[in-house]
Amino acid sequence: MKIYDGGKILVGLIIFIALFASPFYLNMGKAVAKPELKFDTPEIQQMEKETGKKQCVEPKEFMRAEHMQILNNWRDEVIRSGNRDEIVILGHKYDKSLQNGCMKCHSNKKDFCDKCHNYMAVQPYCWRCHIAPKEKQS
Amino acid sequence: MPYSAKGETVMSMNRREFLKIAGVSTIAGLGGTAVFSHLGKNSLEAVQTSPNTDALTGKQWGMVIDMDKLKSEETIKKVTEACHRIHNVPDFGNPKDEVKWIWTETFEHSFPGQEHKYMSEDMMHKPFLLLCNHCTDPACVRVCPTKATFKRKDGIVMQDMHRCIGCRFCMAACPFGARSFNYRDPRGKDANGNPFIKEENKEYPTRMIGVVEKCTFCVERIEKGLKPACVEESNGALVFGDIDDPASEIRRILNSQYTIRRKPELGTGPNIYYIIGGNDYAVVPEIR
Amino acid sequence: MLEKALSGSKKYWTWIFILLVFIGIGTVNYLRQFQTGLTITGLSRDVSWGLYIGQFTFLVGVAASGVMLVLPYYLHNFKQFAKITILGEFLAVSAVTMCMLFIFVDMGQPMRIMNVLLYPTPNSVMFWDAFVLSGYLALNIIVGWVVLGSEKNGIAPPKWVKPLIYLSIAWAPSIHTVTAFLYSGLPGRHFWLSAIMAARFLASAFAAGPALLIILALIIRKFTKFDPGKEAVQTLGKIVTYFMITNVFFFGLEFFTAFYSNIPGHMHPFQYLFAGIGEYNKLVPLMWTSVILAIASIALLIFPAVRRNESTLAIACAMVFISLWIDKGFGLIIGGFVPNMFETVTEYWPTMPEALITIGVWAVGLLVLTILYKIAITVREETAGVEIEH
Repeated sequence: MKIYDGGKILVGLIIFIALFASPFYLNMGKAVAKPELKFDTPEIQQMEKETGKKQCVEPKEFMRAEHMQILNNWRDEVIRSGNRDEIVILGHKYDKSLQNGCMKCHSNKKDFCDKCHNYMAVQPYCWRCHIAPKEKQS
Repeated sequence: MPYSAKGETVMSMNRREFLKIAGVSTIAGLGGTAVFSHLGKNSLEAVQTSPNTDALTGKQWGMVIDMDKLKSEETIKKVTEACHRIHNVPDFGNPKDEVKWIWTETFEHSFPGQEHKYMSEDMMHKPFLLLCNHCTDPACVRVCPTKATFKRKDGIVMQDMHRCIGCRFCMAACPFGARSFNYRDPRGKDANGNPFIKEENKEYPTRMIGVVEKCTFCVERIEKGLKPACVEESNGALVFGDIDDPASEIRRILNSQYTIRRKPELGTGPNIYYIIGGNDYAVVPEIR
Repeated sequence: MLEKALSGSKKYWTWIFILLVFIGIGTVNYLRQFQTGLTITGLSRDVSWGLYIGQFTFLVGVAASGVMLVLPYYLHNFKQFAKITILGEFLAVSAVTMCMLFIFVDMGQPMRIMNVLLYPTPNSVMFWDAFVLSGYLALNIIVGWVVLGSEKNGIAPPKWVKPLIYLSIAWAPSIHTVTAFLYSGLPGRHFWLSAIMAARFLASAFAAGPALLIILALIIRKFTKFDPGKEAVQTLGKIVTYFMITNVFFFGLEFFTAFYSNIPGHMHPFQYLFAGIGEYNKLVPLMWTSVILAIASIALLIFPAVRRNESTLAIACAMVFISLWIDKGFGLIIGGFVPNMFETVTEYWPTMPEALITIGVWAVGLLVLTILYKIAITVREETAGVEIEH
């Protein structure tokens, strides 16, 4: 069987495979540690002191998978439906807000939000508008 | 097959068929999985919420601006600066890129067409406070292609910065010039390294480049039971209330005083009413 | 059939290369605009639409003008246009592509373009504009490609193309009417708040589009073996003449209403454009150029002798095109924003990056046009002499 333009096809195939496999062989041998999130902000420590527990809006596994959806829902509820009912966690009320709610406890963006986002090479642009709390010098 | 040309072999016709089927299957497969993943989205577990009872409630918020009570430059400055400060409104330093939610204009620019040659000097130069009129039938809401600007149940014309695509149709539609566009990044710095937002209010977001913004009647304050910042700083010159409520103070004022609005003939139903005030400081010219 | 665009003369490839250079320059400048913001254009808080939207408005007209060829041929069997309906359809494809690109480069958040589809808003004219433009683009691509493909294979086009063609005939005026509605429904801007906007748009579209088609047809005759036909060009010339007269007449109507009524808000934009207001007169030379070209072009075109001489016809058509480009692609937009809603003047003039991005988008459109025309003409050249019943 004659392959027309066989030379060109082979060259193209090699270039394609080289480009396609590049993330794999370029990162071979390099191990990036799994992101370790810190839950020891002063506010969370305070919560633990008062109630003995560390609790977020939803359980950890759910938040990990769905926090984007929660924030989107809050965004639509607050801005579009005008619903600013507060979230109650262990008797404390929190605003339905990334900037004024979530970040009240998770005030360590670098050790919390950024850790996973950097690992997954995700760049949520929330922070272009919503002001991240100033990192406290520990 | 309508496209089969003379001379093409059976093999190439099957190849075309194959590619068509492969293409459609890929789209169906991708689309199908997307649909399934959406169907499978579990609803959030019931999160405990506490109803927000602090909010001021109303059907159509409006404002009366009494120019008789707005006499000092200082008050006006406090009013405009309060708004721009708590909402992180950037100061780009030039009129081309200017972003403003509340500002002053003279009579002929606030109510173009109403001025005449024989008005008092006082009236000609009075600094009328202008802001979004939160119209009853806003043209900007009518034209927004994504409902990024929309009218809330309480009458406020709101801006959803997350959805705005920056097409600026609303700016073309607004007859009052109430809207500003972020032609540059509000979090940037000018040529001397000074940030456009001098002092960030950490409780309120900034905007990002490429979206439109305007006065929102301090929604975030109203929903905490507070009056808009401009009203608080105005020493009583600005009266905020529910136009729909016959028992409100604003209705009492509208009932007892003559007020005008900007360009009412255009039918948008602006809800900022002006008591244009008298001529306390009028200089009566010599009549020759 | 795309492979037909991959083989060409040295002139062809030089032209493609030049277009690619301008596309490159436009892209670089757009990246800068994407990074820094629309502040690098001449736009301001008062003049929030400028060259980009003006070009979009003008090109929607050029796109709609494809119907000027399709309607006579498919509805009235006007055989003269048989050979060149494809040129009208492909010009429409190129023009709508440019329209969409101009919208894209004008947007503050172009990455959010999908919001227009995700949150459809039927009360917004812009939503409908996106809808009708996409539909028109699809119609012209499908119709043009299928008809041309059938021609290449020496057979009649499939029956299902006919209803699509009829749909495109009805669709064409709609795209420009909807675009006119963007302007004529806004309560605050008296320069635009006129019932005749849509009619003016259509009249100028049917003058500018065929004018461009005539020039393209003459270029094609010069550089290829395909002859669009002397009679077809002459008929187009008559179309340009009558619609240009109509367009100028409509403009005169606007002028009369503004100045006889003496309403300041109506007169001021005209005054700004044609006389200047105070020290602000940046657009005056440009607007008068448009007027003079318009009148001169009509003065030429009304004489059949001028139209019969294809060189003078080409010159007159160029004058029509340039005049309307200035009027619709620039003056119309700026007039709506000056004076502003406070009756003060903030002037507008495009910056260099803005102009380069604009040229880049035009280059993309011309590239699309070149490729599609190359395909169409190659097919025509290859099937010359074969008569196909439609």
